[in-house]
Amino acid sequence: MAFSDLFSRRRKDEPDHDTGAAKAPVHSTKVLAKFIASLNGRTSPVLLDLGSVHGANVTFFGERLGCKIIVEDLSKDIDRAVKDKTITELPAHFKKRFAQEDGSVDGVLCWDMFDYLDKHAAAALASQIVRLLKPEGVVLAFFNTAEPKEPVPAVYTKHIVVDQAHLQYRPYPAARGKQKPFQNRDIQRMFEPLRITEQFLLKSQQREVLFRKAGGGAADASV
Amino acid sequence: MWKRDEAVKPTSQPTPAAPVASNVQPSAPVAPQVEPRRIERDLVNIGKSVVIKGELSGSEDLTIEGQVEGKIELKDHLLTIGPNGRIKAQVFAKTVIVLGEVNGNVSASEKVEIRDGGSVDGDIISPRVAIAEGAHFRGSVDMQKKAGSSSASASTSSSVKTAPTPTVAQAAQPAAH
Repeated sequence: MAFSDLFSRRRKDEPDHDTGAAKAPVHSTKVLAKFIASLNGRTSPVLLDLGSVHGANVTFFGERLGCKIIVEDLSKDIDRAVKDKTITELPAHFKKRFAQEDGSVDGVLCWDMFDYLDKHAAAALASQIVRLLKPEGVVLAFFNTAEPKEPVPAVYTKHIVVDQAHLQYRPYPAARGKQKPFQNRDIQRMFEPLRITEQFLLKSQQREVLFRKAGGGAADASV
Repeated sequence: MWKRDEAVKPTSQPTPAAPVASNVQPSAPVAPQVEPRRIERDLVNIGKSVVIKGELSGSEDLTIEGQVEGKIELKDHLLTIGPNGRIKAQVFAKTVIVLGEVNGNVSASEKVEIRDGGSVDGDIISPRVAIAEGAHFRGSVDMQKKAGSSSASASTSSSVKTAPTPTVAQAAQPAAH
């Protein structure tokens, strides 16, 4: 009896172990390592982060890749659009949102930002990402695959890199919750002509995707 | 025999084991010489009510609580933007600590820290960057290591811009790894 009690208590405790010292849960990621590996050989790559800024991420990517990181926190754009009731204007907003030149970015960290957009806004954002990306550039994005449960929590998630196999998910208040999930084929169409080179469906019902822009000529065939 | 040798050697002359001896023993006689030459850092403050428009440069650590518009240059020193500081300028320093507001590009040869409540709207160029929880940042971070030839990084910086301010042509070299 006593032993089984001990074991059951231990089992109960296991999920808490995942929580870590900083209280927010730590999840494993498969695609981040691939994203980093894709950028590793490049000299002074440029990274575009569409999530909220976090010092640990800046340090991680800066030190790991020696890159330039551009932070364009889209959660603020979404919040503003919800508050101003201009959410339908988001597609037009995204078209002029990014001042960067065509083909100037090596990697884009979208995190789960697409989950908060409807179809038109998501398509507009995806086309901008395609425009900004250099040939052989990569995009990391997470997509929710499950229909959000009815009182949809209005929270964004800050994805904080613990290491290249783990991310800490830290929720923070949002003006709207996650929207209807996209079908896989919709995702593919949105990002055309990028190709999905890695895709992982996690237990958490989240799809991790790595897109790659085809390089010019022979480099294309190697992937 | 051994004990007697060891007891004698340290007082008379340095032991043959030079690296170890030099770490411990010579420091004692040298210390009094170094102490008087110790650098005393003056802390200069620009108070809340002070407004500066133009170029601010210096060769000592500086804390700004007021407003500065233009350019700040403290190449080998620490610049602290206090909680009341409002900067609309290009900033160049060794280390920059931001607790107030900065609107402009920040370039540091050592480190940039944006502390809780601090805000930077502009591009950061520094080998080390720390952004605290609760800090605001909009722009780009360039952590390319080592300031070398100016040409390589200037092209990178100017090709990508996010901040409303003009980009800084700052020397930096691609990372070694």
